[in-house]
Amino acid sequence: MIIVNDLHKQYGDVIALEKVSLTVEKGELFGLIGPDGAGKTTLMRILMSLLLPDTGSATMSGLNVVTDYKKVRLITGYMPGRFSLYPDLTVEENLKFFATVFGTTIEENYYLIKDIYQQIEPFKTRRAGKLSGGMKQKLALSCALIHKPEILILDEPTTGVDAVSRKEFWEMLKRLRDMGITILVSTPYMDEASLCDRIALIQQGQLMSVATPQVMMNSFPEDIWTVRTRKVYDTSKFLESLPSLISVNSFGQVLHLVTTKGAHTSHSIQQFLLAKGEAESVVESSGATIEDVFILLMNHHKHK
Amino acid sequence: MINSEPVITVKNMVKKFGDFVANDNLNFEVFKGEIFGFIGANGAGKTTAIRILCGLSTPTSGEMKVAGFDIYRQTEKIKQNIGYMSQKFSLYEDLTINENIRFYGGIYGMQIAKRKARTAEMLERLELTEYGNRKIGDLPLGWKQKLAFSIAILHNPKIVFLDEPTGGVDPITRRQFWNLIYEAVEKGITVFVTTHYMDEAEYCDRVSIMADGRIVALDTPENLKLQYNAANMDEVFLKIAR
Repeated sequence: MIIVNDLHKQYGDVIALEKVSLTVEKGELFGLIGPDGAGKTTLMRILMSLLLPDTGSATMSGLNVVTDYKKVRLITGYMPGRFSLYPDLTVEENLKFFATVFGTTIEENYYLIKDIYQQIEPFKTRRAGKLSGGMKQKLALSCALIHKPEILILDEPTTGVDAVSRKEFWEMLKRLRDMGITILVSTPYMDEASLCDRIALIQQGQLMSVATPQVMMNSFPEDIWTVRTRKVYDTSKFLESLPSLISVNSFGQVLHLVTTKGAHTSHSIQQFLLAKGEAESVVESSGATIEDVFILLMNHHKHK
Repeated sequence: MINSEPVITVKNMVKKFGDFVANDNLNFEVFKGEIFGFIGANGAGKTTAIRILCGLSTPTSGEMKVAGFDIYRQTEKIKQNIGYMSQKFSLYEDLTINENIRFYGGIYGMQIAKRKARTAEMLERLELTEYGNRKIGDLPLGWKQKLAFSIAILHNPKIVFLDEPTGGVDPITRRQFWNLIYEAVEKGITVFVTTHYMDEAEYCDRVSIMADGRIVALDTPENLKLQYNAANMDEVFLKIAR
């Protein structure tokens, strides 16, 4: 279990974390979702005892991250954002190194990394620096797991990794979660949010919302529509004058429209476009994505 | 607006590094005003192909034309007629916005009056007019990315190559970024974009998917989803790449 209580961290004038409080339950797969510069890495580095908070406190499995930092490091596995293994050691040497540092052996906890490590074992004599992105990621996860941590902290493990490797990676995280490991993982990519048990949306050092992805999407307070059209640019220009419009954005052949709750039906939007001479557009009601929620909260925070 | 005039023509493109075949007989066309998505797993051969199309690397064999110029003999012409932006490198961090623009304008041989006019127009569009003397390094990531794109098309190229342009930016900026892309398309610029993120593949007019050096699929997102019986491009990609 991770408990974060009023954590505050500033670099000069820049507030990296603004009184952040958060609880991650034991055995939970928890996602920290936000863009670059939102404060994700700062929070994780404080939890890993690599950075001191200005004020506030945090515990990991009941251990204070400042005063009990040596014990904290023994029970946690950490995968930093940048590839952190030794590029001139082989795959196997890296793993052995991490096992030895934590006073264990590869054999002792092999069951834990078996699924993941087997995929890179054919390359165990290759230098880590020569691995592909997906393989580096699997090795880094194996190294973070080899001492059987209670808690895993993963800082943007899927950034820059292709969609297939990302999918496999999330499947691995779910298996580790099912084995009882508590996982805190960060990502700038909103579409990965739905793979977590619970998520926190973070922006400019503040947590904007914490909930399950489903609850977050269901509680979107406005109406969302997709508009299919042949003339995306023209149609979006027309829609800018739609009454009760909150936003309109083009996504390829589809427009994404947000309007005030209850102000429109698909019929009324269609009529509006018809009056502008647009007869071919198809308007459909649509559910909110995490990205929609994020954008709404971002605008809300800006106006505060 | 897309028309059927090709601005990129690739016939039987092959690129080998020793025994390794990075691009194995690629064939495709990109049309004027199109947003063309270039998708594939790490190591599939995307970067190799882009480097060739930008005139930075010579193919082993094949016939290619970019913006009407031959890829073997007219690479300098090609470079003058394209723009390029990537997430990893875009602008000089220790130069100001104005200095970066002057630098790029100079590289592309823009007339000073024209550069000044376009700069004013661009900064106004981005609502950055009062920040011209700020160093790039002091700007938020979202501003940098939008600025980098706008500078990449300042010389009004025929084609702009975007290599994972939106990695790590917040979703509002991402949407604004895509709006800038659509505006560029309206002006007749063709957009060639790579991304690992499949929702962005949905925003393209056509998408090509590479695996092991080959193009294994090329169509509109709509048709690809039908063909692979998939709800979204993420599923299409997983079905193809696995």
